[in-house]
Amino acid sequence: MRLAGAEPVALWHGDRGLRGVDAVILPGGFSYGDYLRCGAIARFAPVMAELVPAARSGLPVLGICNGFQILCEAHLLPGALTRNAGLKFITRDLLLRVENARTAWTRTYSAGEQIVVPLKSGEGAYVADPGTLAELEASGQVVIRYAGDNPNGSAGAIAGVCNAEGNVVGLMPHPEHAVDPLTGPSADGLGFFASVVAKVAA
Amino acid sequence: MSPVDTVARAAAEADLPQPFAELGLTRDEYEKIVATLGRRPTSAELALYSVMWSEHCSYKSSKVHLRQFAAKAPPSGALLAGIGHNAGVVDIGHGYAVTFKIESHNHPSYVEPHQGAATGVGGIVRDILAMGARPVAVMDALRFGPAEAPDTGRVLPGVVGGISFYGNCLGLPNIGGELDFDPSYAGNPLVNALCVGIMRHGDLQVAAASGPGNKVILFGSATGPDGVGGASVLASATFGDDASGSVSASGAGDAAKRPSVQVGDPFTEKLLVECCLELFAGGLVTGIQDLGAAGVACATTELAAAGTGGMLVRLDAVPLRDASLGPPEILMSESQERMMAVVEPGRVDEFLAVCAKWDVRAAVIGEVTDTGRLVMTWHGETVADIPPASAADGPVYHRPQARPASQDALAARDPATLPRPADGAGLRADLLALLGSPGLADKSWVTDQYDRYVRGDTVLAMPEDAGLLRVDEATGLGIALATDGNGRYCRLDPYLGTQLALSEAYRNVAATGARPLAVTNCLNFGSPTDPAVMWQFAEAVRGLADGCAALGVPVTGGNVSFYNQTGTAAIHPTPVIGVLGVHDDVRRRVGVAFPASTGGDAPAGLMLLGRTEPEFGGSAWAHVCHGHLGGRPPAPDLDRERQLAALLAAAAADGLLAAAHDLSDGGLAVALAESCLRGGVGCTVRLPGDPFTALFSESAGRAVVAVRPGGQTAFGRLAEAHGVAAAAIGTTGGDSLTVDGCFAIPLAELAAVHTRTLPALFGPALPG
Repeated sequence: MRLAGAEPVALWHGDRGLRGVDAVILPGGFSYGDYLRCGAIARFAPVMAELVPAARSGLPVLGICNGFQILCEAHLLPGALTRNAGLKFITRDLLLRVENARTAWTRTYSAGEQIVVPLKSGEGAYVADPGTLAELEASGQVVIRYAGDNPNGSAGAIAGVCNAEGNVVGLMPHPEHAVDPLTGPSADGLGFFASVVAKVAA
Repeated sequence: MSPVDTVARAAAEADLPQPFAELGLTRDEYEKIVATLGRRPTSAELALYSVMWSEHCSYKSSKVHLRQFAAKAPPSGALLAGIGHNAGVVDIGHGYAVTFKIESHNHPSYVEPHQGAATGVGGIVRDILAMGARPVAVMDALRFGPAEAPDTGRVLPGVVGGISFYGNCLGLPNIGGELDFDPSYAGNPLVNALCVGIMRHGDLQVAAASGPGNKVILFGSATGPDGVGGASVLASATFGDDASGSVSASGAGDAAKRPSVQVGDPFTEKLLVECCLELFAGGLVTGIQDLGAAGVACATTELAAAGTGGMLVRLDAVPLRDASLGPPEILMSESQERMMAVVEPGRVDEFLAVCAKWDVRAAVIGEVTDTGRLVMTWHGETVADIPPASAADGPVYHRPQARPASQDALAARDPATLPRPADGAGLRADLLALLGSPGLADKSWVTDQYDRYVRGDTVLAMPEDAGLLRVDEATGLGIALATDGNGRYCRLDPYLGTQLALSEAYRNVAATGARPLAVTNCLNFGSPTDPAVMWQFAEAVRGLADGCAALGVPVTGGNVSFYNQTGTAAIHPTPVIGVLGVHDDVRRRVGVAFPASTGGDAPAGLMLLGRTEPEFGGSAWAHVCHGHLGGRPPAPDLDRERQLAALLAAAAADGLLAAAHDLSDGGLAVALAESCLRGGVGCTVRLPGDPFTALFSESAGRAVVAVRPGGQTAFGRLAEAHGVAAAAIGTTGGDSLTVDGCFAIPLAELAAVHTRTLPALFGPALPG
């Protein structure tokens, strides 16, 4: 967020307030060790009691990896993430395609644009029932798709989705690891953060 | 009568037989305990001495040799804390200090690969944390039996999965390491885990219980029966042929079979890390120690021995996961994710509040005293009363050592007699055989299971020569780390082999443009009671101490792992050497990938640095193409290593290099192939002299560099000024690895051979 020109503010899981922030990122990690289902415990964190209604009211929220899993568990996003088809944790720099460039988090991209961003997860296979998948495709809620290998067996090669309003986005790849070629495969991920800064400023 | 063995009872029932042998103590050692205490030990004391005097904790067979590291240490202004602490601390400038250490978890990883390897990561991370540093990365040096052996198919995926599970969850990038295979490791895999941490100069913590009245707090996971006698006894006993993990040592005479290998909880470790760092920042800790092998026994005795000298511990205050545990088991338990702190009485409430914030369980279990005795009670009765230094210092052995007669026969097996490829087609075939061999094949199957990105400061990670981390965003200050070991070289000559491992790690760090600063080591050997093994060990230590003196890099700490043998067959002596370097500006890092040519750019010029002799003893070529081990290893030349490292750092700082790759296993041929594959760019080279020697010799002190267009003259001058031989051998570009007059191999063919081996052995990397 700092590279995109915004001021990052840490939110504590056990607090209730959102401290007046303009947008929230639920980062990756292993909340509660992922010992139960990924994100299944974190969705009950006190801070979520504030975050869920705020997200439903339009607050831009981005969930990355474990954050995506938490958003699905919290029913802010449809579907769920299950174990990779290969049953192993995978770290890979992957080619992704931005399918929806109208969300709060992807508006600096153009639809169809291809980007390289790392994926690093063990439970990243996106699943949803056929009706939901059809609806997501029809309504443009598939935001990011694996453009090369489908590394984890995700339905429809889906790497990220959004809610109907486009303010809540979740994805398994890590755009924050693609903000500087010094420490990542590209700077292609910076657009997620630049997008929300532009959205908030607008 | 009380079911607990008290000091009073030990005095009254002096003749009660004690199961010292079952706990791994010799009669001499037991009698020394009796003499120290003036009576028989209680069961708690016996448990405590048995784990503290185990080889793993006491270094009783290695201590007399390890002293050379301090005695021969070169002058270094960089050392803030040296050997004797949990890990050494190195000044890297700008107010930053780095601490790093490598440790073995070989035996647990054979018994239960997943948890054994996972807890190996957890243990070394706590070592680094206890110094006051934030752990920032891990590395793993792994060695297994033959790649195609069925048991390797059990051990390797488990070990890799365990490291992945623990390190990824903990949020630490895995930035490098090693993977090798050799029949000598069948039944004794080597799982060596390294951790590195960063702190500001003032953040150094001490492992001492000072100040009478200060409270002793145990925090982290509750104590359970897992790992009772685990690492300390396991790592101090040779596996029988039926090694099944049944080695058990329950000091209470409990017949119940308990898991000897500890179970890891990385999320609790993550909380413990953040909790400790907040405690340190708040100045709430006067002394701290991690709990590893020998658990509470080790932490209390070492803290007390290093501090005021006395401690009172209420063992019944230790939070338990299993209420049936008694004093001996509580002392021996190796439950993971625990730390022990010494805290001023007035700060205890603040300390406990920080623990509560992080959901970390904490209990005051005792206090520092000035009695000079470590006294432990159990519901009001005294169950241990010992001088702590007697347990912490342990026995010291001068084990007999003898150069085995087999060394001469081995040296006489001259690789010069091996048939060499007769033509270009033969050279081509041998290169492909090497590239596809399990030890040199693409390691993505393993490394893709590790998160190399987390924390966002990873500049280089495997398969680069060294891991490189950014420390300071403003200045570009960074650190580079590499580990290397070569059991074949060390089998042929442990003194030279160890110096070659040191040289290679040193060179790998230098290849990124960093300046090597300090050394850690994990010394993996067979049984110290075998004079031949002890000779190997003594030679290796001598070689490392002399090598570090010559290179000007001090040893800051390390770990010894003995008893790596099955029956009477020991592993190849395998010292694994870790070298830490400082990089002045990571934006000027140099990687191994040949540069992609963009448009009309001139190609980069390839220079071979160093001198190549026909040296094939212990080489990858002899091993892979002929199954041969014999002769002499390459001759290390530490002066030339120093010159080469200085040249690489200077050339990187001047921005002259597009790529650099050290030459080691498989020589120039494998290095060129790896750089081509990493960059997706070919090269064409013309080799001086005998092409076979030029391609496959493993002479030390060499690297291949790609000099940026226009930089040739400046680089040539720089090489001359540093006294490094530099030969122009070709250029980058094209889509094949071409050796003029010998062969051309398309990159696609190289890649296919390089990448298919591990997935074929251990399962496809991607579904479908």
